[in-house]
Amino acid sequence: MTMQAALLPDGRRLHLQHGPIDLVIEAWGAPAEIAAAYRQAVSAFQPVLSELVSELPLLRRALPATGPMPLTDGEIARQMIAACLPYRTGFITPMAAVAGAVADHILQALLAGRDLTKAYVNNGGDIAVWMRAGQVLDCGLVTDLGAPQLAGVMHLSSEMRIGGIATSGAPGKGQGGRSFSLGIAEAVTVLARDAATADAAATIIANAVDLPGHPMIERVPAVSIDPDSDLGQQLVTISVPRLLPEDVACALEFGRRVADDLCRSGMILAAVLAFQDEISLCGSLLQGRLAA
Amino acid sequence: MSGPGDPNSPDPRGSTDAPSEQALTEIKAKQADEIVTCDACPVLCRIRLGKTGACDRYGNVDGRLARLSPLVVTQRVLDAQGELVPFLGKPWAGQLLPEAETFVTGIGAGTTYPDYKPAPFIIGSEVAGVDMVTVVTEGIFSYCGAKVKIDTDRYIGPEQAAVRVNGEQVGHVTTAEYGSQMLALGGVRHLTGGSKKEGNVTCDTLLTLCNKGAVDMTVDGGASLRVQAGKPPVIDGQEEHRMRVGCGSATIGIFAQQWRDHVDEVIVVDDHITGVLTEHQAGRFLEMKPAGIRVRGRKSTPGRYFQVANPGTGWGGTDIADPLAIIEKISPGIAWPGLRLLMVSTTGEHFAYFVLDDDLKPQAATMPQAVALAVERIGENCEPALCTVLFMGGAGGSLRAGVTENPIHLTRSVQQALTRVTSGGAPVYIWPGGGITVMVDVDTMPDNAFGYVPTPALVAPIEFTMRRRDYERMGGHMGYVRSLDKLRLDQVTLLPWRPAQPWPLDPLSDGSGESE
Repeated sequence: MTMQAALLPDGRRLHLQHGPIDLVIEAWGAPAEIAAAYRQAVSAFQPVLSELVSELPLLRRALPATGPMPLTDGEIARQMIAACLPYRTGFITPMAAVAGAVADHILQALLAGRDLTKAYVNNGGDIAVWMRAGQVLDCGLVTDLGAPQLAGVMHLSSEMRIGGIATSGAPGKGQGGRSFSLGIAEAVTVLARDAATADAAATIIANAVDLPGHPMIERVPAVSIDPDSDLGQQLVTISVPRLLPEDVACALEFGRRVADDLCRSGMILAAVLAFQDEISLCGSLLQGRLAA
Repeated sequence: MSGPGDPNSPDPRGSTDAPSEQALTEIKAKQADEIVTCDACPVLCRIRLGKTGACDRYGNVDGRLARLSPLVVTQRVLDAQGELVPFLGKPWAGQLLPEAETFVTGIGAGTTYPDYKPAPFIIGSEVAGVDMVTVVTEGIFSYCGAKVKIDTDRYIGPEQAAVRVNGEQVGHVTTAEYGSQMLALGGVRHLTGGSKKEGNVTCDTLLTLCNKGAVDMTVDGGASLRVQAGKPPVIDGQEEHRMRVGCGSATIGIFAQQWRDHVDEVIVVDDHITGVLTEHQAGRFLEMKPAGIRVRGRKSTPGRYFQVANPGTGWGGTDIADPLAIIEKISPGIAWPGLRLLMVSTTGEHFAYFVLDDDLKPQAATMPQAVALAVERIGENCEPALCTVLFMGGAGGSLRAGVTENPIHLTRSVQQALTRVTSGGAPVYIWPGGGITVMVDVDTMPDNAFGYVPTPALVAPIEFTMRRRDYERMGGHMGYVRSLDKLRLDQVTLLPWRPAQPWPLDPLSDGSGESE
């Protein structure tokens, strides 16, 4: 399987796929500009996977809590480390931001020198977006990654200065995949200045939505599913039963505290936490902009 | 290629997915036994048994790297006498055997929902001199469910009781059948009519059951169950082995003749109807002497007793562990010292042999060979207890548009048996009346034939086979008919045909009542 690039059947969106990376891209503007932008995106995408793979062992290692950060060659790898840096006192590996960093990178390549009105690069739910002043973009919200369906729509506009949207959470039963969570939230969506930042923050907040030691929550060491997982022997969530409302509220509150701190410090712009039919909004940015 | 971007234009730098030789050697050296290394892309995921790689497209299936949800093709080879030849020992290298007959199933075909576009595969082939067309698709079934038959006499719960998985109602207990308890699971009301959670859990339950996986469920006011197609049911943690030969009364009817010469009384303990041989019609017909042993419960007709105990997981589906507990009294003057009494359950799994002492108290005794044989025969006549899962879904909706421009013609053609419907190549039962409501035994289908969409709804393979002439007549998408050799073989999984099943491409009736 080599890299695949094709327009989706709607004739508007570009689909790029290589190994585990799957991008859906859309740009708005004059047809010639869109065509040129898509060519730039395809061209920038070609070396992405092999560059990441060449530094994979390093990127799978936890960042040191203090001292110098690892040196990397790739631009995407550098962005991954930068996005994860604020969380290095806890456990984090640069892989927490890989999807967002790839989306940011391709969006930058797509925009360079082009005259567009807006564009996005969606990397499996981690999205880099750009809007010219006065533009708006509606973004669907999924609150259960185990059974993805549209739970609401976020109305985004250029003055919100959002550059990245990322969603993280525990996969549902029967979901394969290797995107693990240490927490139990179905979905945590974060809005930030760029997708890599949103991606890392969503991971951290989703990990915080948790009831440590709850006997009915099934967890297994990450390596028992993926032998090369960057999470190593850490316990990742594989199944969460229906919990009591007070337990749900308690788990959400743990995540909320982390999300509120990040909002206050300006690291992220807003967060939406979803767990067992409860939804919690952090940050004032989305007030009145969420439609069911 | 048209439209903006032209992303397929060659880039001078190109992109090759061949992982480097060195990387491959290194990773294979540290490979544990059951781990497979995927070399489909440079990430070189190491994948544990039953798991998928980072892309979710490739997985480790039985220790082998497999592309998930490929199109499934089945083949059978006939020799000159028309007999099926097994593919013994031949590895399936992924290419079609030219000498074999091939049937393309809907598994992995994908769908074109909404269905105003022709189905993904419309295959033309010539069989016995007749041009045949098979329309192959995967239908999205919002109206679907599973009927589950559980071979057991154990009490699983009252009729109409809710059946739950993870606390969500996914169906109910329906009317019991002979020797079996029945569940009706799924259906549009649980899939899309309730809460989001209820729909998702229902969809997950149906998907697992239809893909022959095990599901743990509970019945309100009843038992906990583990159900898996083709496997014995597990009821309240206990695996069921045998399906009873009949109720207690029927067991007496079947075996009375064989018991008469070796025992003086037989009591067949059964939660439904406990039988007492000498009082029973069968014993009296054989002119057996009344034994004077009265069992508890409510007498129905002579020798037949209801409710000798409570339902449970002991003898014959009762809560009895000591069979003598169901004996109410032994009448002096009728019973006699030395009377030989056999007590046995309807499956022969529980049995005890007694002889009455001088005080007419039953004393356990060694069972004579002839009686042991008679007990063994009950077991021999019981069939193994199984769970069977029938998928049931309505194919009469929009998916017909993928077959023909005029959907009612497909419905009529199916009803007239001009069009044969199969599911993953397996025969289906078409429920008569309006629409195309199909039932199929999931055990006859290839493994993992079902998928789902988040609606939630189940995705099931479905194939419509008919004469080319009839396909044209019904307004079929003739321009999309392609021959088998146009299929891209790198995308198919090849399965040997199950010899017990009818071949889907066998000649159809031509509507005149005669087959060609």
